[in-house]
Amino acid sequence: MAYNTVVEDNIDILVVGAGLGGTGAAWEARYWGQDKKIVIAEKANMDRSGAVAQGLYAINCYMGTRWGENQPEDHVRYARMDLMGMVREDLLFDMARHVDSAVHQFEEWGLPIMRDPKTGHYQREGRWQIMIHGESYKPIVAEAAKKSADKVFNRVCITHLLMDDAKENRVAGAVGFNVRTGDYHVFKSKTVIVGAGGASNIFKPRSVGEGAGRVWYAPWSSGSAYGLMIQAGAKMTQMENRIVLARFKDGYGPVGAYFLHLKTYTQNGNGEEYESKWFPALTEMVGKEYLDTEGQHLSHKPIPTCLRNHAFISEVNAGRGPIHMVTMEAFQDPHLEEIGWHNFLGMTVGQAVLWAATDVNPKYENPELTTSEPYVMGSHATGCGAWCSGPEDVSPPEYFWGYNRMTTVEGLFGAGDAVGGTPHAFSSGSFTEGRLAAKAACKYIDDGKAEGIEVSDAQIRRRGEEIFKPMEHYRVYRNEITAGSVNPHYINPRQGLDRLQKLMDEYCAGATVNYMTNDKLLQIGLKKLKIMEEDLEKIAAKDIHELLRAWELKHRHLTSEAVMQHTLFRKETRWPGYYYRGDAMKLDDANWHVLTVSRRDPETGEYTMEKAPCYHLVGKDE
Amino acid sequence: MPTFVYMTRCDGCGYCVDICPSDIMHIDKVTRRAYNIEPNMCWECYSCVKACPQDAIDVRGYADFAPLGHSVRVRRDEEKGVIAWRIKFRNGEKDMELLAPITTKPWGKHIPQLSDVPAPTQMMRDSQLLFNEPKYIRMDEGALHTLESNGLVMKEGVVY
Ligand SMILES: Cc1cc2nc3c(=O)[nH]c(=O)nc-3n(C[C@H](O)[C@H](O)[C@H](O)COP(=O)(O)OP(=O)(O)OC[C@H]3O[C@@H](n4cnc5c(N)ncnc54)[C@H](O)[C@@H]3O)c2cc1C
Ligand code: SF4
Ligand code: SF4
Repeated sequence: MAYNTVVEDNIDILVVGAGLGGTGAAWEARYWGQDKKIVIAEKANMDRSGAVAQGLYAINCYMGTRWGENQPEDHVRYARMDLMGMVREDLLFDMARHVDSAVHQFEEWGLPIMRDPKTGHYQREGRWQIMIHGESYKPIVAEAAKKSADKVFNRVCITHLLMDDAKENRVAGAVGFNVRTGDYHVFKSKTVIVGAGGASNIFKPRSVGEGAGRVWYAPWSSGSAYGLMIQAGAKMTQMENRIVLARFKDGYGPVGAYFLHLKTYTQNGNGEEYESKWFPALTEMVGKEYLDTEGQHLSHKPIPTCLRNHAFISEVNAGRGPIHMVTMEAFQDPHLEEIGWHNFLGMTVGQAVLWAATDVNPKYENPELTTSEPYVMGSHATGCGAWCSGPEDVSPPEYFWGYNRMTTVEGLFGAGDAVGGTPHAFSSGSFTEGRLAAKAACKYIDDGKAEGIEVSDAQIRRRGEEIFKPMEHYRVYRNEITAGSVNPHYINPRQGLDRLQKLMDEYCAGATVNYMTNDKLLQIGLKKLKIMEEDLEKIAAKDIHELLRAWELKHRHLTSEAVMQHTLFRKETRWPGYYYRGDAMKLDDANWHVLTVSRRDPETGEYTMEKAPCYHLVGKDE
Repeated sequence: MPTFVYMTRCDGCGYCVDICPSDIMHIDKVTRRAYNIEPNMCWECYSCVKACPQDAIDVRGYADFAPLGHSVRVRRDEEKGVIAWRIKFRNGEKDMELLAPITTKPWGKHIPQLSDVPAPTQMMRDSQLLFNEPKYIRMDEGALHTLESNGLVMKEGVVY
């Protein structure tokens, strides 16, 4: 290894990834640990890192309990309904009862939140969403985190967690490398809070060539939260629950404000309403309990996101595409027209670029929609992530092991996309989860749970060699060929990513196979992923930038394997419109009203799968 | 390619390199100016565009679906706390200017330094409360919601 080794010792709380979850964790940790050493390791620059780099135009999770708008349990019921029952309701309730306090502080820090001129309340976009001018959302929360942290390491990509050599299954810090200098970084820490975000670019995207960067979740969402925790042997949950999004075609511009605030709606290529005609057959598949259109109408329960996708996909397959968003009515109002554009400029500028490039003026033309490739994350309408303990006063025994948001590895906590079973947390809920994890981590230390941690030099050396191996591999084999990127001894990170995306797409229900898979396909896919693991040992990086891509790929690969294992395990079609198990096309509550939990043995790489009970929040007398 | 840099404007200051979340704005060793080294990993997030003091960076829509001849420009003013956008259509028929606030307060001044606030009591530590709670939840004296207070229980099984 040609680079320096930089050791940061005696850390109490190490935050890995300073997105919305990580900034919340770093900020709050200072209150509960005023004399504790808090350190942030972030692979980019935390002022503009993570899914909120461009900003946001809405905060999608706000209860409004101060105005009596909703109770926390209302949100839990909504998330349960939207995810077809499969959520961690203890974690959701806990997030929902705290989330407003985060939002009120954002406003105090300077985040511009719009107000309803009539009521003086926050301007609602929908029942849970409030509208903001959030171009600087990320710099604002980053400022808060910087105030609390002792040290911030920007541009340090974390590759592995360190494990305690004295006590099994206890975390001891993390290691990684500096993307600029190439230095090897070692962080020895009593606790680690992982906020490294969800995963894009796992499944082959619809765009090709240059446009491959125009993914819905950010291209830098490398599944590191999952990769890091899976490698350390933490249990994961609901990894099969990938999400497919109905969005504006090609640009993937967000539709929330359009549906909820602008009151635009969809129709098929013939200008007809199409959703409702698919509902009777869908009710057959999932049962009346999950889709009862008449009952739903009466109870004002929204139709689950996946089921609306199903209608979209089915209509297109029936040859009546494209699906259009009817904007021509709303856009006649200049105020709404302006909001329509601001919505993109505030969080997906690329959509504005696309409409400018293709002369789409939504005032005179209804733009096309599409369904995206699948994404693996845990804070939108999906709940992939680590299996974490809930809070003491809410969680049943199966969901509680001492510290809120602690994974099954001692001292290892999660926040945001990292935590499983908590969909609909969004930006504000992710930040809140970070705060909860930080308080719990401080308590864990104060309770003496982190005493006697040992990290051997051998472990540090072994990881260091592993991290830089792709550059070494390149150096050794590069000169065997004249020029170019074709080499019998290695693949580069881009070639590896292409392979991963192709096989996830074809075997694990991607967009090009209409989100369809089955037992046989998944078995083949798993085999190919295993072989790919061997090739990942021979990945080559020509410079430090490619080393970053190599490790992102390894984290994506680990994430993919978990997704494939979970998809194989759950023998039913729980979320039609997200994916289909062709060999089990019905929702099966008799056998599968459970959460799926996996563990990958860090030594052997073998997976074990189990079912965990689903607890629901109900009234005392129900 | 999504972002590109005008040769005559860039002075190689490296602000864009420092901010890009994808690590794809690099300084070219020969020209000493910045360029996008990996366009297919660019999100068109405009972080670098906003950060460039020379207005040297622009975006040309992804080649696989965006025709040439459009423009989306931006100027972000931290001092004034506003961001100004200008969108020009390819056919020239639409030319829109849009303005939005980015903050309501001077930067960073209203974020408390938590090492200086009174330390939490043991009672707070043992509770479920976070910093500034319960006050900040409803901006009144109301307590935190619990299963008990909201008349709820956790029940195993199938519930819709
Ligand atoms: C297009 C779009 C629109 C959205 N709209 C809304 C909305 O309107 N309202 C809303 O509330 N939410 C919205 N969201 C969701 C919101 O952005 C996420 O829920 C939230 O950001 C998740 O927080 P997180 O901390 O888990 O991940 P992120 O915020 O993505 O943070 C992850 C962090 O980890 C870092 N990292 C990753 N890997 C490593 C590594 N190996 N080492 C070190 N650091 C690493 C990343 O650089 C990043 O800083 C939207 C998201 C997108 C993409
Ligand atoms: S910020 Fe602008 S001027 Fe500075 S290096 Fe980048 S493109 Fe050049
Ligand atoms: S637009 Fe965003 S992703 Fe693209 S080069 Fe600039 S900062 Fe990087």
